Amino acid sequence: MNLAESPKLEDFGHDVWWIILIKVVGIFAFLVVMTLFTIWYERKVVGRMQHRPGPNRVGPIGLLQSLADGLKLAFKEDIMPKLADKAVFFIAPVISTVCAFTAFSIMPLGGMVSIFGERTPLQLTDLPVAVLLVLACGGLGIYGIVLGGWASGSTYPLLGGLRSAAQMISYEVAMGLSIVAVFMTAGSMSTSEIVAAQANGSQQEIFGSTVTLPGWYFLMLLPSFLIYFISAVGETNRAPFDLPEAESELVGGFHTEYSSLKFALFFLAEYINMVTVSALCTTLFLGGWRAPAPITTWWAGANEGWWPLLWFTVKVLILLFVFVWLRGTLPRLRYDQFMRFGWKVLVPINLVWILLVAGVRVAANADNTVRYAIYGGFAVLLVGIIMFWPAKKQVEPASIAPEKLPEGSFPIPPMDLVVPPSPRTKRIEHAAAAPSATPEQGE
Amino acid sequence: MTVTDILLLALGAVAAGSALRVVTTTHIVRAGLWLVVALGAMAACYLVLTAELVAWVQVLIYVGAVVVLLLFATMLTRAPIGPSPELDRARFPAALIGLGSGGGLAALFIFGYRWGKAELAAPGTAGVLGKEIFSGWVLPFEVLSILLLAALVGAIVVSRGERS
Repeated sequence: MNLAESPKLEDFGHDVWWIILIKVVGIFAFLVVMTLFTIWYERKVVGRMQHRPGPNRVGPIGLLQSLADGLKLAFKEDIMPKLADKAVFFIAPVISTVCAFTAFSIMPLGGMVSIFGERTPLQLTDLPVAVLLVLACGGLGIYGIVLGGWASGSTYPLLGGLRSAAQMISYEVAMGLSIVAVFMTAGSMSTSEIVAAQANGSQQEIFGSTVTLPGWYFLMLLPSFLIYFISAVGETNRAPFDLPEAESELVGGFHTEYSSLKFALFFLAEYINMVTVSALCTTLFLGGWRAPAPITTWWAGANEGWWPLLWFTVKVLILLFVFVWLRGTLPRLRYDQFMRFGWKVLVPINLVWILLVAGVRVAANADNTVRYAIYGGFAVLLVGIIMFWPAKKQVEPASIAPEKLPEGSFPIPPMDLVVPPSPRTKRIEHAAAAPSATPEQGE
Repeated sequence: MTVTDILLLALGAVAAGSALRVVTTTHIVRAGLWLVVALGAMAACYLVLTAELVAWVQVLIYVGAVVVLLLFATMLTRAPIGPSPELDRARFPAALIGLGSGGGLAALFIFGYRWGKAELAAPGTAGVLGKEIFSGWVLPFEVLSILLLAALVGAIVVSRGERS
């Protein structure tokens, strides 16, 4: 693996203006094409999962379907609700889209390449705190949704906007905490340096024997990886966490009143956000643009030139597949379950895990006494947690005594009302119990 | 005047102007949006002063979480579209307090630095900032965290209400 190909922080900020322009246009085009492709990909994959072909009319195997949809959206009437706050109604989708595009500017798409003779990293820019920029853009993107929901001057969008505000803030906490372990392990918040840190596994001495740990962080930091991905699904409002736009509850959620290009912008932002969180996941946990291990052993040049773009895109597409897979298989969570899961499961596990990672890192650099003290502390902590794990409280069943209602109220069915089984189920059960005598007994 | 000076002045003007709009506008939600602009301009000031980490954390925490929560709370109760002139504001005392604290701080700064030149500190990277916080500023840091914890516990106690 040629580490010289991996860009350093000093390599950024020296580009000529036209190279910057090329990169900006390139990233814009990449994101728009990825959005069009992802919409088609999602419909196709969900179609396959539901035993139907999915879009197959426009273009070869339906590839141009999203383009046709986009054109159709552009020609629709742009409706401005009468009660809407005009300025905010207009700005909201713009905020969403701008934040979505901006977040991608620090994604490392590859190592050093040469564009028309200029040596430059395949990444628009990098900062010492690049990952925070992505989180900040995610945080600002909430405004688009909340304001869009509020400015519509209608109930369902407002409810959707409120839900999304609560949801995205909650899951942003879990997401930010899950990245902390990566920062500690990589020793940097810059995306290009995090990718470089995953190039080689570190040599670690565990009880006298030297072991090479796997380079990519998703194995070493598996809890962080899982929590990151779960909160990424929550952060992008995707099923099973798509409460802000739950069709069966809120019509369409925050964008119910939007039409035409403004709606298209929200749609674009949602899909770009999906691509961005997948790209960030690739960068933080899956080795970024580096080729997976078996390829690099028989092909030394896999990480050079423009090839990294391929590995990067493939990894992002695999993660996008997981997004679609989740949507195709899981039912939507109830709102309270969702909030409880975020605050009472993801955040505490994350905090304990960060403590653990920090302890191991201190232990790795300390002398033996401190090391054994830390490991002993972990053991005591573990035993303590097991011993004092709160037992499940016996939940008393709700009282089923009929409530005392004032005179003249509506009659209420009893709380212990049992719905009788449908006659059809009964018949099927019956048939299953006595399969030989079905035709006669069924009548 | 260097570019840094001009940028700082311009961003300061944006921050002050939008802060003024926060307290003068009669649209509740727009007041929140002006607050976003003010805080964003502050973050940009930090960025100009090469404190990158502080700048992005400012955007992340204040713009991305605190004001969103404020908006969330107003929308949860009442956030009408359009002006709400029935809101009462204590104009005179508020102006007095605002001007007094602003003028006092300005006087303090002028008294402290006397228009002298201060060297720009080293870029505020995560490492530098961490060393500073956990060496010279440990006590304020911990006191602040206790304050936040107390606020958190207080909020829980208040929201639980009376229970037998």
